[in-house]
Amino acid sequence: MTTVLNRVGDAPAGSTRPAEGALSEKELHALASRGVRGLRHPWQWIATAVVLVLGLNFAKTLFTNQAWEWDRVGHWLFSPVIIEGLWISVQATAIAAVVSFIGGIVVALMRQSRNAVLTGSAWLYVWVFRSVPLILVLIFLYNLGSLYPTIGIGIPFGPQLEVPTATYLSDLTLGVVGLSLCEIAYSSEVVRSGLLSVDLGQHEAAKALGIPRTRQFTRIVLPQALRSIIPAYVNQIIGLLKASSLLFYVSVLDLFGVVQNLGSTYPTDIIPLLVVGTIWYLALTSAISIVQYFVERFYGRGLRGAR
Amino acid sequence: MSTPVTDTAVEIRNAHKSFGAKKVLDGVDLTIPRGSVTAILGPSGSGKSTLLRAINHLEKLDEGYVRIDGELIGVRADRKRLHELPEKRILRQRQRIGFVFQNFNLFPHLTVTENVVEAPLAAKLTTKAQAQARASDLLARVGLSDKADAYPRQLSGGQQQRVAIARALALEPDIILFDEPTSALDPELVGEVLQTIRTLAGGGRTLIVVTHEIAFAREVADHVVFLSDGVVVEQGAPEEVLDAPQNQRTRDFLSRVL
Repeated sequence: MTTVLNRVGDAPAGSTRPAEGALSEKELHALASRGVRGLRHPWQWIATAVVLVLGLNFAKTLFTNQAWEWDRVGHWLFSPVIIEGLWISVQATAIAAVVSFIGGIVVALMRQSRNAVLTGSAWLYVWVFRSVPLILVLIFLYNLGSLYPTIGIGIPFGPQLEVPTATYLSDLTLGVVGLSLCEIAYSSEVVRSGLLSVDLGQHEAAKALGIPRTRQFTRIVLPQALRSIIPAYVNQIIGLLKASSLLFYVSVLDLFGVVQNLGSTYPTDIIPLLVVGTIWYLALTSAISIVQYFVERFYGRGLRGAR
Repeated sequence: MSTPVTDTAVEIRNAHKSFGAKKVLDGVDLTIPRGSVTAILGPSGSGKSTLLRAINHLEKLDEGYVRIDGELIGVRADRKRLHELPEKRILRQRQRIGFVFQNFNLFPHLTVTENVVEAPLAAKLTTKAQAQARASDLLARVGLSDKADAYPRQLSGGQQQRVAIARALALEPDIILFDEPTSALDPELVGEVLQTIRTLAGGGRTLIVVTHEIAFAREVADHVVFLSDGVVVEQGAPEEVLDAPQNQRTRDFLSRVL
């Protein structure tokens, strides 16, 4: 369509007829009562076609390629040993998520404190545990018994309360401790950015109303901070779920550990077992996302548009 | 200023405050009688908001003190000097002093009623049922009974400020401080907030209003204080300060805003 419309003022002197190929005023007026056709996007159609062809090709192999061994996937998916590993993964993740969240709040508050020793130690903690890989922390903890045969607390050079390391830390506990230690370093940053996102006026209003300090935090500041903390923290929890697979290296049989173990016992079932692991991790992550939706909706109350 | 302590609600003595190198308050003395309405005027940057915030100790003074009903606010005195009080004590003192912010600062995650009952419940002054009954009285008083369950975001600026006033009233304070309560409002919403403040005057409560609304000051205030560069340059009855200003700085300011 190369129709050009001349405005009256644009017409060359002496010529009252529209240029060749141009619409007459009357024709244009007629078009005013029709819908406007949207811009076409041919590349989007091509891209869609390419993706569909590739996707269907892959989908076909799921059925035609016998190596997937779907019957074996079905055999393992709900087998007690897999469910047991799954339960260990869920436990480790859930406990570490709760501990890290509370620990994250504590470390974040320490960093905001006016006391230099508290700020400094919080900074040091975050620095150390953000720098060291989780697997190293886990193996370190696993060997803690040879570093400190007993653990305890007491006044330096004064009376001590001590217990033997090995009896008090089961492998799972130790794994959860390791996960939490590393996770707190990250979650404290998530919490800190959330706290900083709360308007200064909110703190001032709470102070001006004489609300006690703890309640200022739990009732006014934290609920507002959670709005921005939750999406970031759910991301962390998903990372945590996947990181829990490293517990296998300190002899905890989590979902990944069980898959790995069964794989060496039944070498012909390696692929179906990996599929089983994938399915369960996908299911857990989806479950977390569903919970996230409802929790976010709760903490977003009052902050959606007007009714 | 030899007013007996019993008739003085707020006494400010030699208030000094600097932010870095900038002196914001440079020796303010002020006595505010009980039950009066005081308007504090002055060009921006004159220290009027800082002075108001010093009254409930949201701002700590470098020198000087504030007394309310004879009680030092935010500090205690021994023979040698003044000492900052623990925060817990200061928070308790603030329960007697209402404060209304320029930007309302309502709690956005709480409903209107929850905003109003929050402070009395936090102070454990009443039961939940009593606090809620009182909140609905207060909301009726500011004309917002139908918004009890709304969230602040769903209200206009003027409505939000009226909720903020109800929230300040919930603690039944003897003194209410207003920090430019209409400055963040669209012009057509200013009237409803001023009307609400007007109804509070004369009820035995002491009101101190930092404002740019000269007409409002003239009509409602018993006492007008003009602040410039951190000092009180002029004060007195509205007709004296606003209609026959003695000080050149007051005259310059009034000629610009009127």
